[in-house]
Amino acid sequence: MTTSTAPQTLYEKLWQTHLVEEKSGETPLLYVDRHLIHEVTSPQAFANLRFHNRPVRHPERTIATMDHNISTRSIKIDAAGEGAANQLRALEKNCKDFGIELFGMGHKNQGIAHVMGPELGLTLPGTIIVCGDSHTATHGAFGALAFGIGTSEVEHVFATQTLRQTKAKTMKIEVKGHVGQGISAKDIILAIIGETGSAGATGYVVEYCGEAIEALSMEERMTVCNMSIEFGAKAGLVAPDQTTFDYVEGREYAPKDDVWQQAVNDWKQLKSDDDAVFDSVITLEAKDIKAQVTWGTNPGQVISVDGIVPSPDDFNDPIEKESCVNALAYMDLEAGTKITDISVNKVFIGSCTNSRIEDLRAAASVVRSYTAKGQSVQSSIDAIVVPGSYRVKEQAESEGLDKAFTEAGFEWRLPGCSMCLGMNDDVLEEGDRCASTSNRNFEGRQGRGSRTHLVSPEMAAAAAIAGHFVDLNA
Amino acid sequence: MEKFTTHTGLVVPLDVANVDTDQIIPKQFLQKTERVGFGVHLFHDSRYLDHSGKEPNPEFVLNKPEYKDTSILLARENFGCGSSREHAPWALEEFGFKVIIAPSFADIFYGNCINIGLLPIKLSEDEIEQLFVQAQGANLTLTVDLGNNNVSFTKDDGTEISFTFELGKFHKYCLEEGVDSVGWTLNKLETIEAFESKMPSWQ
Ligand code: SF4
Repeated sequence: MTTSTAPQTLYEKLWQTHLVEEKSGETPLLYVDRHLIHEVTSPQAFANLRFHNRPVRHPERTIATMDHNISTRSIKIDAAGEGAANQLRALEKNCKDFGIELFGMGHKNQGIAHVMGPELGLTLPGTIIVCGDSHTATHGAFGALAFGIGTSEVEHVFATQTLRQTKAKTMKIEVKGHVGQGISAKDIILAIIGETGSAGATGYVVEYCGEAIEALSMEERMTVCNMSIEFGAKAGLVAPDQTTFDYVEGREYAPKDDVWQQAVNDWKQLKSDDDAVFDSVITLEAKDIKAQVTWGTNPGQVISVDGIVPSPDDFNDPIEKESCVNALAYMDLEAGTKITDISVNKVFIGSCTNSRIEDLRAAASVVRSYTAKGQSVQSSIDAIVVPGSYRVKEQAESEGLDKAFTEAGFEWRLPGCSMCLGMNDDVLEEGDRCASTSNRNFEGRQGRGSRTHLVSPEMAAAAAIAGHFVDLNA
Repeated sequence: MEKFTTHTGLVVPLDVANVDTDQIIPKQFLQKTERVGFGVHLFHDSRYLDHSGKEPNPEFVLNKPEYKDTSILLARENFGCGSSREHAPWALEEFGFKVIIAPSFADIFYGNCINIGLLPIKLSEDEIEQLFVQAQGANLTLTVDLGNNNVSFTKDDGTEISFTFELGKFHKYCLEEGVDSVGWTLNKLETIEAFESKMPSWQ
């Protein structure tokens, strides 16, 4: 690690330790430690490598998984349709030809890239991690600089193990104090996005800090960092601490023995210096954060579950006002409606935001509290639970969580991205209204003409049974 | 990548903020292993009334006959937010756009555009507003001069208007020269290897 006298932010430290070359007139060149790939954004990058007859420079630094396209009903490649099967087979062939390790259909390590990386110890503090997927920010929870890239950049990483990046501005988001009982990491990040607006951090790398963030488990920190892109941030970071080291230690790909000791010593330096200066600072009081539900068509259009759907008159900014008008029309909501009066007909528990074991435990515990009273999923509602990886699935099944869900009327599916983006057959129909634990409520995201409300796993589970949003903390 | 020097083209105004890459190219069209075939699906859900893309929506601005020959897209703030899919700039490029103008872009989208030679131009809110006014009724033909970092047009009353824009030095160089950025970096292998030799063993 470099030592520098000027106080630095965590981002600046990560930048400095990865700077391969900075030359006037050229965009700085950064080293990439870990590259995660999947079937959808890699084929054209491999094709270009072939065209130029270039090898993958460090195949061992790239790991492939199948996640975006795959069926959640069958481990057969063909089960997700012809287009998907072509991409999945192309990934198999590309990985074989270029010597890249692949966790294919049904492999014990297969899972959504951002669930799989951390749980295998592929995600390490102090590294740069990239993936052709904007939710790569998830890995920032470990104090890694992690961000999504386009396919041209995937090719650049394959061929050179580096990337050209313009330095971002820095933003500190401090969440002071402690959240109340029953408030999840998803509520924290949705409340933050509600505060900043959906483009509030464009051009920034965000560092989350404060007591409320330090108190979070690694999985909760991942949920927070995951949605950094939803307010425009290039990446989200949490400084690594004992919670981080305890999580990483002993995982399959994590450093061992002496190397582990050396790593932890280095990682302990990874925090913003006390007097480091950020370009922007936002402070939230944790005690003010309530359970959140999005009402509109971007994640910044969010409100507390005990609130009402806002009216265009509540906004001064003309663009926000118009966005509100459009969102209410698309979402078929009337201003003034109580959030708890909004009924849903679909429920999706899954995605790289909320499909880890703690998410499933939290959802299952809400489900059990209802089943204890003899209540189960409403007959008018289709509710699916999609674990983020095979490891999560196995763990959940060993704890009987799958039974808790299926006995209450949820479907228990195979791992994958599933209804988060609906590239497979897990899509909403026109007019469907879904309580979803995913990260995007854009128009058409889960299916053309469908309506998405982003919520925590607890809120989604309760909505499936109550039929509408419920203030579980009331 | 083709070299970009100057471009003159008809501007189509897309008066919507926060256009995300899911809208630019919906997920069902991402199941390709080639880099072509995306242009016809550009803005699919707004552009077509039906799921299969056979019935154009006459209300959508790109379907209006007067904008048929457009090559410059004028957009609102935070254009290209959301998913990192490079398929979005591919679709815009294949449709025929050479330039996208907006008050702000999402970071990943911006970089993706540069990497494929599609020029993203940031102008101030006020300049954007003037362009929106002029672009109504297919009335705005704009000249983009990358070398001089400016865009210019002639108003109905004959006045010449010109706005300057900023672009990173290296981005500009890559666009002007059509640089193969992978090849460029591969020329620096020695520097990269020197860096690697100093990395800690856990990294
Ligand atoms: S779960 Fe959703 S957001 Fe996460 S990687 Fe998959 S598609 Fe992207």
